[in-house]
Amino acid sequence: MTEPLLFELDTKGRRGYALPKLDVPTVDPADHIPTKFLRKQLDMPSLSELETVRHFTRLSRMNHSVDIGFYPLGSCTMKYNPKVNENIARLPGFANIHPYQNADSVQGALKLLKTTEQYLAELTGMDAITLQPAAGAQGEMTGLLIIKAYHNKKGNNKKKILIPDSGHGTNPASCTMVGYEVVNIKSDDRGCIDIADLKANIAPDVAGLMITNPNTLGLFDENIGELATLVHSVDGLLYYDGANFNAIMGWTRPGDMGFDVVHLNLHKTFSTPHGGGGPGSGPVGVKAHLKEFLPTPRIVEKNNTYSFEDQNNDTIGAVLGSFGNFSVIVKALAYIMYSGKEGLKDASAYAVLNANYMMKKLKDTYYVPYDRFCKHEFVISGKTLAKQGVKTLDVAKRLLDFGYHSPTIYFPLIVEEAMMFEPTETESKDTLDSFIEVMEKIAKEAVENPDLLKNAPISTPVRRLDEATAARKPDINFYQKP
Amino acid sequence: MKFSKEHEWVKLEGDTAIIGITDYAAHQLGDIVFVELPNKGSKLEVNKVFGTIESVKTVSDVFAPMTGEVIEVNDELDANPALVNEDPTGNGWIVKIKVSNPNEYDQLLDEAAYKAICE
Amino acid sequence: MSTYIPHTTAELQEMLNVIGVKTIDELFAEIPQKLRLNKDLNIPSGMSELEMTRKLTSLSEMNKTVDKNVCFLGGGAYDHIIPAAIDHLLLRGDFFTAYTPYQPEVSQGTLQCIYEYQSLICSLTGMDQTNASLYEGATANVEAIKMAQAQTGRKKVILFDTINPAYRRVIKTINGAQETEIVTLGFEDGVSDLTKLSQAIDDKTAAVLVQYPNFFGCIEDIENIAKIAHEAGALCIVCANPISLALLEAPGNLGADIVTGEGQPLGVPLSFGGPYIGFLAAKKALLRKMPGRIVGKTLDLDGKQGFVLTLQAREQHIRREKAGSNICSNQALVALNTTIYMALMGAEGLKEVALHSFQKAHYMKSELAKLENVTIPFTCSFFHELVIKVPNADSVLKKMEEKGIFAGIALEKYYPNLKDCILIAITEKRTKSEIDDYCKYLGEAIK
Ligand SMILES: Cc1ncc(COP(=O)(O)O)c(C=O)c1O
Repeated sequence: MTEPLLFELDTKGRRGYALPKLDVPTVDPADHIPTKFLRKQLDMPSLSELETVRHFTRLSRMNHSVDIGFYPLGSCTMKYNPKVNENIARLPGFANIHPYQNADSVQGALKLLKTTEQYLAELTGMDAITLQPAAGAQGEMTGLLIIKAYHNKKGNNKKKILIPDSGHGTNPASCTMVGYEVVNIKSDDRGCIDIADLKANIAPDVAGLMITNPNTLGLFDENIGELATLVHSVDGLLYYDGANFNAIMGWTRPGDMGFDVVHLNLHKTFSTPHGGGGPGSGPVGVKAHLKEFLPTPRIVEKNNTYSFEDQNNDTIGAVLGSFGNFSVIVKALAYIMYSGKEGLKDASAYAVLNANYMMKKLKDTYYVPYDRFCKHEFVISGKTLAKQGVKTLDVAKRLLDFGYHSPTIYFPLIVEEAMMFEPTETESKDTLDSFIEVMEKIAKEAVENPDLLKNAPISTPVRRLDEATAARKPDINFYQKP
Repeated sequence: MKFSKEHEWVKLEGDTAIIGITDYAAHQLGDIVFVELPNKGSKLEVNKVFGTIESVKTVSDVFAPMTGEVIEVNDELDANPALVNEDPTGNGWIVKIKVSNPNEYDQLLDEAAYKAICE
Repeated sequence: MSTYIPHTTAELQEMLNVIGVKTIDELFAEIPQKLRLNKDLNIPSGMSELEMTRKLTSLSEMNKTVDKNVCFLGGGAYDHIIPAAIDHLLLRGDFFTAYTPYQPEVSQGTLQCIYEYQSLICSLTGMDQTNASLYEGATANVEAIKMAQAQTGRKKVILFDTINPAYRRVIKTINGAQETEIVTLGFEDGVSDLTKLSQAIDDKTAAVLVQYPNFFGCIEDIENIAKIAHEAGALCIVCANPISLALLEAPGNLGADIVTGEGQPLGVPLSFGGPYIGFLAAKKALLRKMPGRIVGKTLDLDGKQGFVLTLQAREQHIRREKAGSNICSNQALVALNTTIYMALMGAEGLKEVALHSFQKAHYMKSELAKLENVTIPFTCSFFHELVIKVPNADSVLKKMEEKGIFAGIALEKYYPNLKDCILIAITEKRTKSEIDDYCKYLGEAIK
């Protein structure tokens, strides 16, 4: 099954859409625009509407998705994306409003944003929220800019952010974006931050510590109170990467754990769809002492009337050209309202239940490096398969043959041959049981017929792809062959 | 031929040193897709990064095993970076430098000592 | 319990037995008691789908929409026609409930769409390569500046204040945090002042950033700006409106090294500012400085055509603190939205959208010029946006809104010198009668 490229479906003269007739008197563009600025040639394929619809429909059938099957991709929270939320985001009153409309004409939108801010503040235990950042990584950068502004205002030119070696790649990359140097902190044998190593690195030039809790191994760091005290002792700030927030909603709050800054991923915890890689939304929450640094404009409410406030000398500025990924925020609010306080707490409860159930069942066949209760996700290591020459990658590929998506692999970096599973709360016991059976079967195959794994997948639209040639001779633009 | 702890090899011919990465390093990196080369005439300083090697899954810095001025770079690697995988100590060489301090050669590891650190 | 959680009581019990605990609470035992949230969240209880829909629908109805009103607002987001087929395709669960295509064998749909998106953006901009998308227009410029700095080893950036003020704010916030010296130059008759550019540029300048057409709708002389930039060894970044590029020469053919922009005009709903999509395309020499994901075409083990994420060694998950950008999630579904739009429109359709917008804007200008007390401060060539000056802009805008017309953006807030100036955008969606009404009501409002 190979779908031709859009460009190969081109038939000059076909049209996929017709505009209304031009109803104004016309002028000759050449009389109004210097000819060197007029376009000479535009290459773009021509297709009928039906051809276009079929092309993209056929392509869509070459994807795995949550709607088709289990997607236990760790750190990504691939839970069900409620259909009704799509309807709500498409209500004309939300989809068809312009960002430059004046505040009087968008009171509903502003109230929606303010309400979402309030709910997220309550969920995280923070004092104020900005909805501006477009994704988790942008939330990180925003939070770090706020940390930097806080220290700068006090006249402290701090230089370093501490990050555990299990941290996500965006964490160190975001530090570089704001001009901070990264210091890696080791993990201990329970998978948590090594307090001794942290102590050794605590110094006056430490601007903050950036962690997830539970961490990327899915383990809750019970020393969090001590960590916070240590970091705060040098006036460092604690940053919470909320990619793993689905583990603790309604059970504990970053604000209560001592964190000063938090980002959330609405496209994970709050059920908004990933869309094949985006869009997301990465709200940032801060404690009261950092409120003045939040990006502007802020939404303010007075006597039930909402408006924008721009005046603020301490703000870091703006991280996005608009107020945020609005329709993603709409979907997240719909999810919060539908779930309610009980449903949100249950979501974390059952996400943790599912993960522990899976981990317990897989422990008989796979090596679990950190043998303790996990939170919403857990990591196993494929290193025991090495005898047969089988790698984690091969297990991941074999899973595709059974109609499942693979776990996150080779992350976190501190576990050899890592496989990270996050089942989420929306999967039933039946689904987990079938999946576990397949994992057991694959473990058996690895011993009895390792080639089955090494050659997997065989039932997918394509087999393993030549990534080396793709990178050596990049073909990334149809109009320009390598 | 001698070796650095950072997995480069050096062949010294008169005051010219030919430098590449070891078989072990090439194997560890996997399919190499790009080699960032220094410019002719630029200066290499011992133990400092002078380029990067990119494979499908990772990037690795290349450290100078000796100090000197670049007199030739292996342009072939632009079109065919896989040479480093296929023949790391031959056609997959990276740069030739005119060494400023030949004594640095003596500080490098011999084959047995290098093998020991790869284990 | 929310119906999104499928467990029955019996299943819960069985699972707890397997794990070897009595209650779910025990699984949270490591969270120290004093850190527990030992109270209910202060959030309302859950509700049915119907109740939730009713509540949010009534909230949505508090907003005035561009359907019930006539929208002449632009400034980076435009009210273009959106073909109906697009949303039906976007709503296919196979597209919108997939994650980033990390397992290419089961993500060929997403990957091929991105490859097609990349090719179309390259064609439109006249560039060699692009990535799978960035967040939106402002941050696309932020990334372009970082690329230019990495490529040239220089820190200073020159931009013009004819660039969207919202983009300039974001550049100041993010690039500014990386010790970028940002020099902003003024304009003359609506376009950038090239003499000032020649004076300001030096051998520390990494890039010159210009918008095309600029924030006022005027067409900048990007060819000469690129020349001046190149003479100083700097790169030229052009931030372009993608629709305009069906009528205007591709920046790639006029000397641009990087072309960025906001992709919203390509069939993306206004949605109060997002999600939109930032595009960034560049010349070949900048390949390894590109931020974000890139999809490449290759072959599978059987020699069959397929697509993969490629050149990943640039990205944060591999290079961590040494990565050129921290971007991870992008705007993939919006990229698909623009791809389907371009496929439906084709070259002819896209040219028509651009041409109709241009014609309607020029008709409107000639009609506005007939009004007493309305002046048109700039004489330069423009595409589909123009600036007018009226007595007391704020009150005029208010009166127009009462007539159901979003008449434009008051510029004084962003340009104190442009008091009482209004920026008007005219797309192919506006009709002659809407334009005539605008002029009629404006005439009444300024009487
Ligand atoms: C732990 C962690 N932090 C940060 C991120 C980045 O989030 P985003 O992709 O929304 O930028 C991710 C996403 O995978 C993550 O798993």
